[in-house]
Amino acid sequence: MSSISIIVFLPLLAAIVAGLGNRAIGSFAAKIVTTGALFVSCALSWPILLTYLGGDVDGTVVPVLNWVRSGGMVFDWALRVDTLTAVMLVVITTVSALVHLYSWGYMDEDPDQPRFFAYLSLFTFAMLMLVTANNLVQMFFGWEGVGLASYLLIGFWFRKPSASAAAIKAFVVNRVGDLGFMLGIFGTFLVFGTVSIPEILAAAPGMAGSSITFLGMRLDTMTILCLLLFIGAMGKSAQLGLHTWLPDAMEGPTPVSALIHAATMVTAGVFMVCRLSPMFEAAPIALAVVTVVGALTCIFAATVGTTQTDIKRVIAYSTCSQLGYMFFAAGVGAYGAAMFHLFTHAFFKALLFLGAGSVIHAMHHEQDMRYYGALRKRIPVTFWAMMAGTLAITGVGLYALHLGFAGFYSKDAILEAAFARGTEASYLAFALGIFAALLTSFYSWRLMFLTFWGKPRWSQSEHIQHAVHHGEHDPDDHNPARQEDAGHDPHALVVADDAAADGTAGYHPHESPIVMLIPLIVLSLGAVFAGGVFNHAFIDSEAFWNGSIFYNEGLIHALHETPMWVKYAPFVVMLIGLAIAWNNYIRNPAAPAGFVEKFGGVYTFLKNKWYFDELYNFLFVRPAFWLGRKFWKWGDVGFIDRFGPNGAARVVAGGSRLAAKVQSGYLYSYALIMLLGLVAAISWAIAR
Amino acid sequence: MDGFPILSLMLLVPLAGAIACFFVNAGTARAIALAATLADLLLGIALWASFDIGGAQWQFVERAELFAGFGYALGIDGIALMLIVLSVFLMPICIAASWLSVKARVGEYMAAFLLMEMLMIGVFAAQDLFLFYIFFEAGLIPMYLIIGVWGGDNRIYASYKFFLYTLLGSVLMLIAMFWMANAAGTTDIPTLMSYDFPAGAQTWLWLAFFASFAVKMPMWPVHTWLPDAHVQAPTAGSIILAGVLLKMGGYGFIRFSLPMFPDASAQFAWLIFGLSMVAVVYTSLVALVQQDMKKLIAYSSVAHMAIVTGALFAFNVQGLEGAMILMLSHGLVSGALFLCVGIIYDRLHTREISRYGGLAINMPRYALFFLLFTMASIGLPGTSGFVGEFLSLAGMYEISSWLALVCTTGIILGAGYMLYLYRRVAFGEQVNADAAAMPDLDKREWAMLIPLAAATMWMGIYPESFLAPMRADIEWLDQRIGASAPAGDAHLALPSAEARAAAIEAAHEGGAH
Repeated sequence: MSSISIIVFLPLLAAIVAGLGNRAIGSFAAKIVTTGALFVSCALSWPILLTYLGGDVDGTVVPVLNWVRSGGMVFDWALRVDTLTAVMLVVITTVSALVHLYSWGYMDEDPDQPRFFAYLSLFTFAMLMLVTANNLVQMFFGWEGVGLASYLLIGFWFRKPSASAAAIKAFVVNRVGDLGFMLGIFGTFLVFGTVSIPEILAAAPGMAGSSITFLGMRLDTMTILCLLLFIGAMGKSAQLGLHTWLPDAMEGPTPVSALIHAATMVTAGVFMVCRLSPMFEAAPIALAVVTVVGALTCIFAATVGTTQTDIKRVIAYSTCSQLGYMFFAAGVGAYGAAMFHLFTHAFFKALLFLGAGSVIHAMHHEQDMRYYGALRKRIPVTFWAMMAGTLAITGVGLYALHLGFAGFYSKDAILEAAFARGTEASYLAFALGIFAALLTSFYSWRLMFLTFWGKPRWSQSEHIQHAVHHGEHDPDDHNPARQEDAGHDPHALVVADDAAADGTAGYHPHESPIVMLIPLIVLSLGAVFAGGVFNHAFIDSEAFWNGSIFYNEGLIHALHETPMWVKYAPFVVMLIGLAIAWNNYIRNPAAPAGFVEKFGGVYTFLKNKWYFDELYNFLFVRPAFWLGRKFWKWGDVGFIDRFGPNGAARVVAGGSRLAAKVQSGYLYSYALIMLLGLVAAISWAIAR
Repeated sequence: MDGFPILSLMLLVPLAGAIACFFVNAGTARAIALAATLADLLLGIALWASFDIGGAQWQFVERAELFAGFGYALGIDGIALMLIVLSVFLMPICIAASWLSVKARVGEYMAAFLLMEMLMIGVFAAQDLFLFYIFFEAGLIPMYLIIGVWGGDNRIYASYKFFLYTLLGSVLMLIAMFWMANAAGTTDIPTLMSYDFPAGAQTWLWLAFFASFAVKMPMWPVHTWLPDAHVQAPTAGSIILAGVLLKMGGYGFIRFSLPMFPDASAQFAWLIFGLSMVAVVYTSLVALVQQDMKKLIAYSSVAHMAIVTGALFAFNVQGLEGAMILMLSHGLVSGALFLCVGIIYDRLHTREISRYGGLAINMPRYALFFLLFTMASIGLPGTSGFVGEFLSLAGMYEISSWLALVCTTGIILGAGYMLYLYRRVAFGEQVNADAAAMPDLDKREWAMLIPLAAATMWMGIYPESFLAPMRADIEWLDQRIGASAPAGDAHLALPSAEARAAAIEAAHEGGAH
């Protein structure tokens, strides 16, 4: 049994044991089995990546089982490992193992732990199947598998209506993307006669410049195929237009957000574009679209992130924005940079989410940053971990010294590549990327300042009030329906007792248990060092990638030759963002209110997320239900039935008389008549 | 198994059981029915095991001339084999599903089911045109009785509708059959499948058969009998209706319309495509607003069957195999979904979705099965639904991108209505005290759900077991209709060498050099 089989199938086995065993085996056994499996997978994954770091290592394919052979369409279950897969293996198993461990603490009070851990492991399995796919259909299997796990985990606290609604939304919006993905696969099969990824990639350059008819339009073959596939990527990776599910997905428990909605699943779209990079290289228009969509998502999500007050939603929009960076990196042809940002982002974004979870844990399920403040000294480990994450995401580092946190290397490489590419789309991406970097710095520091600095504002929180008045561990804590009350309305509370005077309401935040702190510390190391250590391999080493992605040597060369101002621009805007945040939330905390008063329209627009939800509701959801009702009541009942069977009944027998005749007692005779009639007709015909 | 009349035996066992059921009390009737269906299941497995893949096209052939050219002729190919296996697999589950819930006229009820099993197997095994017709039409009678006698409150209207729709279509088919027998001088189905009818005649023959098969599928707009029939039928009736009876329409298309009238099939493909596209969108949206669980699943069946019809007329291997797998999958999955509805209907006696809620709390195991079948229904990869849908849609894309696009929206809408249903039944708080007090699955229910779940997963992960027996027959059919096949709309034009070079140049312009 090869190690890749163990890496992939052990989590599945653990999920089955924990899921079907459930209450019969108990929480502890379920946790041991699933977490143990993930640590084994993780331990086996790192050596694979280290092998590839040596350079010039070829990929392997381990066949598992025949799947479908239908005429020329053949696809099997198989596990493909190459450099690109190895990178993803490490990201997935590492974050997943740490999230499993973290959940021991975070989900400690939940009565449904076996189910939770089973879902987590199931997710990991599906994600691993996605990245080891050797054909488009197995990739789609993983794609939908992670979608299922995401659905189950977002809706984990299924009693809460908002959670189950968010789960459906995530699944259905993703299905819109899947429509594109599926059509892309069909089209690819039509054009190439295969769904095997290596065969497609080998044939793709030869197809450049060919044309095909799609929906009556004459189009460039590779452009339409890549765009269809990219629609799939947009859905899974929450790009502008299909992003609406991601913020709502924060209804799921926070470890889920860290694993699925930050580090792994949402990056599947980026992975797909990189995996199919030779295809996209044959479709310049599609690449321009990828660049523009990525850039727009990057700036859109960053603007929304500046106004959100729910700590998880800020990080969710931040994720959306960072995914935009990855896409426009791929769009300009810097696939190595896209994968590098995916890699570093996985560590620091998982860290930020788990850190946020630790804050939420400390603040008795309160998620609204307006009711935080002054937590720096109360939960110091969490604070320093979040600090590492913030330094990484804002890209702190000095170009002159070639030294910085993880995001410094990957984000700067992306921006330089966008500039170096020198097309209209890439200049747009560069400009928007720089502006988004400013906003990234602003909203990240805003989050830090609101949470850890200033004076305590806890007393206004319903959750804290609840904890203080009912004891910190009242039975209600175990009611899953009440946990993680994301996106609730602003609380209106009047606090009168003395303890409220200092804003603490007499509440004592507690640092998280050690099982939650260990993942924070490990990920902090990643956020600090992952950039510097892997920079050379990901960006500069063609031997490392060894053909697993399209490697544009000219672009990489040009990337290093960009002017100085391009190299320093991200650093400067990072400082500006920091300065604005410091001014608004430390020096003069009244400033934001003044801004809101002055630019109320802009604020409301951003706060309401550019009204995408309202727009989609108006355009799609309500018309769907309306049409459904009309088709049913007017079409089926009012037209087809009225003029069909009911009309026939009236004509034949005059409605009521027929109904009176056809009583159940007559049924047998009717049946007999039918049978006799049948026999008579046949006999007559044959005897004729 | 050479020469052993296993197909006749498979007809005889349920027939004998049916006759016996008339003369015994309720308990014995149940036992007889279960024994007979299990015996037929074993025979079905033996049939599958001894089917020679890659051997003769028609196997287990039995022939006896009766009178005036009318013969008793049985024999199966891989397509018929798979549908027979599906029928005998679902029957014991139907009997078990009726074990406690049917209390009146148990003997007659069991007899009706056994009779229906015989007739269903007969439909798929018949090799004579008129023998097929008799099985095909007579199959309506027990179903009609099951709905009309053991159905819900509005059973008379439902059975009337069912009867009216299905009989009207079949009259035309019978006339067409007479014409064919006269023209070709034979009633032997395998011979007719290779007989070239004149193109002009094909048109009318095709339309006559279409009238019957479209109703059976059912295709929009002759689908309105199905929701009523499902709602009024007892659980087992719904299982067999969705599981097997709907497949007779698809089987008819694949056995008669396509091979016997290939030119007309190509000529009318646009009609099928149009109706299929309307049906996918229309019935999916209608399913979205249903308040009655059975009605919702019934409408979803119409949408799934529309994908089957679209794929059948795509004139390629992927479409045909996809349609067959989707039919088999739908038989399992919608049967299982109706069973899931029946399980909670037995406890609360209502199909009103809003009367349930939060079942994942008090019935977690039930919720798990329900989730599995929900996911299979919306075509999650790894379940049977995916293989069928994926191949069907891939086949459609080869002939028309519009058809594929519109039908693929079914995966979005399907996810919408099924997950919305699941949410209202299994998620949320327990708002109804009686629903909250319902116990989880008992042993009998486990025994029904486990085989369905296993088969659904099997077909999803290793569909080769089901594709292999049909491969040669589908290939034969593909060749038979190949000459008539309409051209696809893709018109792929390969680039000239210069154009390719220019495109590569364009891809690398800018700072890349």
